[in-house]
This record gives sequence, structure tokens and C-alpha cells, in this order.
Amino acid sequence: MAASDIMSATDPGQVRERAAEYLLKRHRFRLAECLPWLLAIAVFFVFPDRMTFGSQVLVLVMFALSLDLILGYAGIVTLGHAAFFGIGAYTVGLAAARLQWTEPISGLFAAAIVAGFVGFITGWFLLRYRGLTLLMLTLATAILLQETGNLRSDISGGYDGLPGLAFKPLLGVFDYDLYGHTYYLYALAALAVVFYFVRRIVYSPFGQALTGIRENVRRMHAIGSPVHRRLVTVYTIAAAIAGVAGALFTQTNAYVTLTVFDFDNSAKVMVMLILGGTGRLYGAFVGAAVYMVLEDYFSKLSPTFWQFGIGLVLVLTVLFARRGVLGLFESAGQYLTERKKP
Amino acid sequence: MPQVVNIAVSILFDGLAYAMFLFITSVGLSVTMGLMGFVNLAHGAFAMAGGYIVVTLTRTLGFGFVTSLVVAAVAVGAASVVFERGLYRRLYKSTDLEQVLLTIGLAFMAIATATYFYGPIPRSVPLPDWLQGDVNLGFRYFPTYRAFLIVLGAALIAVLWYAFERTNIGAKVRAAVDNRRMAESVGINVDRLFTLTFAVGSGLAALGGGLAIQLLGLSPSFAVLYLVLFLIVVAVGGLGSLKGTLLAALVLGVFDTAGKYLLADAGGFFVYAVTVVVLLIKPAGFYGRE
Repeated sequence: MAASDIMSATDPGQVRERAAEYLLKRHRFRLAECLPWLLAIAVFFVFPDRMTFGSQVLVLVMFALSLDLILGYAGIVTLGHAAFFGIGAYTVGLAAARLQWTEPISGLFAAAIVAGFVGFITGWFLLRYRGLTLLMLTLATAILLQETGNLRSDISGGYDGLPGLAFKPLLGVFDYDLYGHTYYLYALAALAVVFYFVRRIVYSPFGQALTGIRENVRRMHAIGSPVHRRLVTVYTIAAAIAGVAGALFTQTNAYVTLTVFDFDNSAKVMVMLILGGTGRLYGAFVGAAVYMVLEDYFSKLSPTFWQFGIGLVLVLTVLFARRGVLGLFESAGQYLTERKKP
Repeated sequence: MPQVVNIAVSILFDGLAYAMFLFITSVGLSVTMGLMGFVNLAHGAFAMAGGYIVVTLTRTLGFGFVTSLVVAAVAVGAASVVFERGLYRRLYKSTDLEQVLLTIGLAFMAIATATYFYGPIPRSVPLPDWLQGDVNLGFRYFPTYRAFLIVLGAALIAVLWYAFERTNIGAKVRAAVDNRRMAESVGINVDRLFTLTFAVGSGLAALGGGLAIQLLGLSPSFAVLYLVLFLIVVAVGGLGSLKGTLLAALVLGVFDTAGKYLLADAGGFFVYAVTVVVLLIKPAGFYGRE
């Protein structure tokens, strides 16, 4: 059943019923969804010496996933998403360095709460604006946070950062090992929890309302949907998730500097998401993994070559593959099934 | 002269010079965005290209500084037409996001190309004798180069103002910014008009890039580093408004300079704080249409 079938019903009760059925059907777990998780576990056994890199990929998948919620689903274009990543990273970093609070899991929750709170406050003010104004305001927010950190470098450590952070063993048992095995599994578990949460949101009526706002904001106003409240809610959630990703980043690196607030960081996560495909949950997985692996490989050959390549890929993506890598696969699949039919 | 006045005069003078650079470089971007609603993040790359052309012309080919500036502006202006016709044109009806991605991709490619040919180290440019040293304005000495920037900026503002407000083409541009559909329906060829203004705007950006070498230094990251400032000037001034861009450049230029003079640690804090305050109160900028 497609979304259009819902409205073909005549009786209002029937519409409601069909809509619920449609949502449930989309929410149902599909077997192919195991694939990325099985891959992530396989990576753990196949490349045991690349676990630190693997954790970085998982962190960025989570970061891209949080951006997908607001960019892919709600259609909010922001150039300052690194602000929340940075807040999460510094919440954990400062707590460990200044307050000796080094329990990792409670650190994730603290990061989520602080980043979510900042997301709520800034979202409340900023989400009234659109277009270039919103782009500039989100960008300025991230840079203002960075400058504030720089201003109080006695607390934040400035651009030299907070080096050599030590965290307590996970759950009091599993200690940090040199190869990052523990932290890879820890990051994977955190990602799984966050992903389950995001998937629930996306397929809920709330998620449908967000898609509606993205597609046609005027119509959503017209049918009485509380647009601003919905946008602030999803912005807060995305900020909290980005905060968790930032916290994981600090914990896996045992190190954080003010560069996490960089414009480059905001741009990079957006590029990853677009490469994978927006508004499709697994786009973040494909995009972050592809981007990181390519970067790891090519930037060793030549950073200049890599930068040119990523620019070219962006241009080509916009011109020829607007729905990202996953979109390309989907189109290829459609093409093949259509050829088979007649 | 008392110390306080001295510092205030310095801030105003340097701020004014900086504002002229911001205005020259950003005005093209403002018109591009106002006319077509096109978010051009490759604008900084055009400025950077201008800068490197000036470096090559002066260092390698031995041209004069001013000649090089003119050549760079014309060359980049002409080259930008190719980009506009070939790439940008296809995305006028696309979403902001796609425009952002395309143009930031172009900016990345430009940075990589510049790094390949010129290396990552900042480059400088040989200035003619008459632009070096200080100039005496009666009550104190000022750096000649900044004075030159201010004079050049003022002259360009006068020319642009005349072109915008007193010529037929300027009237057409204003009409198209105001209401594109209406302008088209009374027979203005907005597409061709846009190609023309885009070329002029990119040429001015290249001129700004050439002027910036002495003021800010030129390295490949210029394309993105200062892009943010140009965008802020455009957003704060209001899209497609000459007056707004000038006012925004002045306010931001003076605030940034004052911030760096008085509170060196705070760095860019002031510019962004001013931006946030202005945009929260006037989301469309000083002279933008709500």
C-alpha cells in the first residue's frame, strides 16, 4: 500500500485506519536492515588492528544520523551542526579534566542533556528563520561557541585542547585497551541504541509531520500542525544525539580541541550525509563509512588530491545523483526490475 | 593627541579600509543572491583566483600591481561566465541545499588546485613604491596602502551607485531583484542580465582578492575562510541591496577591527555577535525585503 492509497478512502475513520496501517508497515523490521550491523561486527573480527579508526567511523555515523533527522526529515538546512557535537565533546572533556567525573556512560547522558538544552534554546530562537538567514545564524552560533571557548582558554584549554583525558573502565569492568577494542564495541552499542530511537521517531506520526513540514510548510500550517513546536522538538533531539556523538568522540580519542566547532566539521558531516543519501536512515551509515574509508586511503596518497576529489564528487552528486549512493542503488534496482517485467 | 582619540582614529581608519575590502568582494555575491536567490559558496574561490592571478602576474611575469589587479578582475569575470552558463544555470530552480553542495564542491576543487600550484604557504605581492610606507594627512601618519584601499573603495562605490541608480541596466537589475516575474513579463531579459551582473560581481570579487593579499595574506584556505565573512555581510545587509551591503560592510568592518584592537583574545567574537543580534531583529538584513 502506498501513501496515496490512504487518501482514496472515503470514510474519515477508514483514513485513520489506513494511515496507521501504512505507518506500521513501514516500521516493520526488514531483514536487509541487519546488514550494516553484521558488517560492523565483522569489521571487529577482520580488522582488529584498525579499531580506533572504526570507532571514529561509528561516531561520525551517529553524528550524520542526527543531522539526517533535521536535514533529511525536517528539511532544516544548517551550517552549524558541529556546535552540538562540540558541546557534547566538551561536556565530557571538561567533566573529566576539571571535575574528575570520568564515568563514561553517565558522561554520554550528561552530554545529551547539555547539548539538547542548548539545541532547545537556540532552536527556539533560530527556527523562525529560513534560507540564508538561518544558514548564517546556525553558522554564527557554532563560531560564537568556539570563540567563547577560546576566550576562556584557562578553562577549555583553547586550541591546544584538553589532552590526556582518562576515563574509568566501562561498567566498572572493561578497561580501555591500546587497540581500542573495548571502545569500538561501546560505540557500536551506543549507536545501536540511538539508531533504534531515531527509527522509532522517523516512523512515528511525529516523523510523518516532519516530512510534511519539509515537503510543504504552508499546508502543514493550514491543517493546524504546530510547525514551530515540532521543529524545535526535532532540533533538540538531533542536538542531543550530536552531543552523544561528540562525547563518544572525546572518550575514544581521550582528547578534544576547539577544532570540533569548526565550519569544516559541520560541512564534512553534511557531505557525508548527502553522499549516503538524506532522509533514509541508512544513508548516514553508507555516507560516513564511504567518506572515511576514501579519506583514509586518498589523503595518505595526497591530501590535495583528496580535497579535489571530494569537491568533484560533490559536484557530480548534485548534477547526477541527487539521492546519494543509496539512491543510485535504488534507481539501479528499479531499472532492473522494470526490465525484467515485460 | 590623547591616547584614546589616537586609538579611536586608528580603529576607524583600519576599520574603514577593511570595510572597503569587504564591500568590494561581497557586493557581487549580494546581487547574485538577490537576483537569482542562488547561494554561491564558490564566491570566495573567485576572490582567491583573483589573488593568485595577481601573484603570478607580478611575481612571475613582472607586471605592475595595478595592471595585474585589472587583468585579474577581467579574467575572472570572463571565466565566471563559463561557470554560470555551464553549471549554475542548471540549479536555479533547485533547493538551497543542492546549490550549497555544488558550490562548496567547486570551492574545495579550487582550494585543491591552488594548493597544487602555489603550495599551502601564504603568498605576498610586491607593491609599487607609491603604495608603501605612510602618508601624512596633516594631523598624523596613516599606512598608504590602507588609504589607497579607502580611496579606491569610495571611487568604486560612486561608480556602482551611478550604474545602479542612474543607468538603464541598473534600473533593470533593481526591477528584477524587486520582482523577478514582473520584470520578465515587461520584457526584461533577466537571464542575460544575470550573466552580466554575475560576471561583474565575480570580477569585483577577484579585485577584492588581489587587494586582500597585502591586507590579510593569501593562502588556499582563503576561499572558505573569508567566505563566511562575505556571506555575513550579504545576510546582514539584505540580499541585492547596494546600500545594505555597504552599511553592513562598514558596521562589520569597524566592529571587527575594534574587537581585534581592544580585545585581541576575543578574535572574531564581535562580528558574529553583531551578526546574530542584527539577524534576530531584522531577519532579512538592514535593507532586505521581508
